Amino acid sequence: MLIEAKNIKFGYSKSKPVINGVNFAADEGERVALVGPSGCGKSTLSQILAGCLNPQSGEVLFENKPLPRKGFCPAQLIYQHPEQAINPRLRLNATLREAWTPDAVFLDEIGIAPEWLNRYPAELSGGELQRFCVARALAPQTRFIIADEMSTMLDVITQAQIWELMLRQIERRGLGLLVVTHSTELAARVCSRIVRFESLTRQGRSTAV
Amino acid sequence: MEKKTVLNVSNLSVTFRMYSKGMRKGGLKVISNLSASVREGEILAVAGSSGSGKSLLAHAVLGILPRNAIVTGEIEYMGEALTSARLTKLRGREIALVPQSVEYLDPLMKVGKQVSDDKYAVKRAFERYKLDESVMKLFPFQLSGGMMRRVLCATAVVTGAKLIIADEPTPGMSEELAARAMKHFRDLADAGAAVMLITHDIDLALRYCDRVAVFYAGTTVETALASDFGNIDNLRHPYTKALWRAMPQNDFAPTPGTQPYAGNLPDGCLFAPRCDRVTEECTRAAPESRTLRNGEVSCIYAD
Amino acid sequence: MKMKVLPAEKRPNRRAMIGIVCVLIFLILITLYIVGASMNELLFEPDFSQKLLPPTMKHPFGTDFLGRDMFARTIKGLSLSMFIGATASGAAAVIALIVGIVAALGKTWLDHFLNWVIDLTMGIPHTVLLILIAIATGRGITGLIIGISLTHWTGIARIIRGEVLQIRSRRYITASRKLGKSRLWVAVRHILPHMIPQFFIGLVLQFPHAIMHESGLTFLGYGMPPETPAIGIILSESMRYLSAGMWWLAFFPGAALAIVVLLIDKLGESLKLALDPASAQE
Repeated sequence: MLIEAKNIKFGYSKSKPVINGVNFAADEGERVALVGPSGCGKSTLSQILAGCLNPQSGEVLFENKPLPRKGFCPAQLIYQHPEQAINPRLRLNATLREAWTPDAVFLDEIGIAPEWLNRYPAELSGGELQRFCVARALAPQTRFIIADEMSTMLDVITQAQIWELMLRQIERRGLGLLVVTHSTELAARVCSRIVRFESLTRQGRSTAV
Repeated sequence: MEKKTVLNVSNLSVTFRMYSKGMRKGGLKVISNLSASVREGEILAVAGSSGSGKSLLAHAVLGILPRNAIVTGEIEYMGEALTSARLTKLRGREIALVPQSVEYLDPLMKVGKQVSDDKYAVKRAFERYKLDESVMKLFPFQLSGGMMRRVLCATAVVTGAKLIIADEPTPGMSEELAARAMKHFRDLADAGAAVMLITHDIDLALRYCDRVAVFYAGTTVETALASDFGNIDNLRHPYTKALWRAMPQNDFAPTPGTQPYAGNLPDGCLFAPRCDRVTEECTRAAPESRTLRNGEVSCIYAD
Repeated sequence: MKMKVLPAEKRPNRRAMIGIVCVLIFLILITLYIVGASMNELLFEPDFSQKLLPPTMKHPFGTDFLGRDMFARTIKGLSLSMFIGATASGAAAVIALIVGIVAALGKTWLDHFLNWVIDLTMGIPHTVLLILIAIATGRGITGLIIGISLTHWTGIARIIRGEVLQIRSRRYITASRKLGKSRLWVAVRHILPHMIPQFFIGLVLQFPHAIMHESGLTFLGYGMPPETPAIGIILSESMRYLSAGMWWLAFFPGAALAIVVLLIDKLGESLKLALDPASAQE
């Protein structure tokens, strides 16, 4: 297994866990969609898988070893609001280089115009900023990508653009992908397997598309 | 019987006075030639990506644009110009806003009181939106995002408004809740209200609205019937067709390029740089809006 | 973003006004300081033939019981006050910046401890603590500067700590950590730059406080030696003559001090307005 979550429990107070006893696993090159009602804990699980939150109990394994706490995390999260995931006071060039230094060919493929690099986040639209988040998450060390409602705030054309370029990269490099979405149509388009969140608390049953 | 037009916006332009580089003051035209109309008993979806001017339209109608905005064009309510004096009288009574941001609520006032002083009306409205009675006694910061939006919807319902302007009412709601909120707008429209629903989620809007006004870079490119989206051949403008093709349930095929920025717009038709039918004619002048198959379109080649 | 810039309006805009006000105040204060600091001491030499004169053209602020020109003494006193105020509030702001960031980034116990120190410092009446520290560190200018900076950092520290806590929970901070960046790197790169405006606004707004406390302490006799031309000493000396109707001895130096304090406060408020993004476009 590429990434595996075992018996995860997490909550902001001890007595009321947001998620409890959740199991999840995904293999290399697999594209999994996670669907479920709002507030069920999908976002919490994605943050735990990306190492942004530490579970109260249970563990996240990456290639059968615990997910590294320090250093570059091989599972990268792309979040719903790109404007919150980018420091508003830094030029985008600096933000991108925090992860890695992509070449011109990559930037072209991901749809980042060279002149955007010298701008501040407030000068770009949500769709343009989300490309930077995608580019950042696609650093060479990344093996697994978690997209939490990544395209929900975007219009349909930008959504299709971003998914097209991201899927091209993911396919080429054989990365794993977890898509958290409320749109069944999108899940069916992008993923090879759809998982309902409720099924994760029992044995990870899922439906193939 | 012909239904009465409640709100008619024509040739609206909005320019912001801005500080650009250094201390110089300039003007930034963010909306030009924007038109939309809503009739009694219908939902008009205003669709467009961010930066297309759809929220500014709502703010212009309600007279809540920031101080540095200059507005030209006509806004008519019930056939008469909507002056600021008239607006003050109607706002919150006949015209209601379901805002995009929860920051429109007073943070120091219990939500029940903010919806209306009439407790029973609030209770009924809250029941419709599956809000518990205890929510009336909470302060805005104690609500979740989805709850907050339902409270905002309830506010519009309680006033019994004739014109409801909903600015992105559904993000942050789960699919069921979003569907329920849309169903309520549908009910309000069926009861005779005119609803202007501003959204980027064209997918959800199409299931509940009657007509769609498609905005692109601050202008209206097409007004179509919701049913037109069933078949790409019924759509009129190349941008609307591009939207259709990009939907996951259709082709999921993206059209390259991005919407141009205000202040950096191309000459002539604003969609010309991304259009596959573009000719030299298109770049010469902005296309006039014309009626085509029960809809409106601003494209010289639409047929 | 490229913009088509329409012709500028004739009326000057608000941001430019704020800028002009800031520069103007700054120039006035700097001039005052330089004139005072470089002033020839002969200008306020005792002259017993000119004792206790009311304001005239030659002595606009009058003279005191030793026949010293009060105008020159006031200017000299103000420049001294400004020097102490600037040094002390600068030191206070630096302490605040360090404490605020360490408190917000460090371990929980450290945060609790520093918070306790802040509460403790704020809990003791300002003036009492100031007097104690000033006496303990040997009075004079050094004692005043140490005293003022050690009592004035808490307010800014609290604001900075609050800001850091808020910024630390931002998504881009988490993202940066998960891209393999160390805590220190994130603090220097992402958090410190956000603190710079707070730092400067806090510094300038603390300035008038520092000056007032310096004068107050000197007035009470715990500050500078009595021969120094400081506003506090001038005021304290004038007390003996006020009942005799010699109003100018207190009025002009007092008013001058009040004006300088108000000017600096205005500078701080203008900076806040100019740096606050919410009002920047108006």
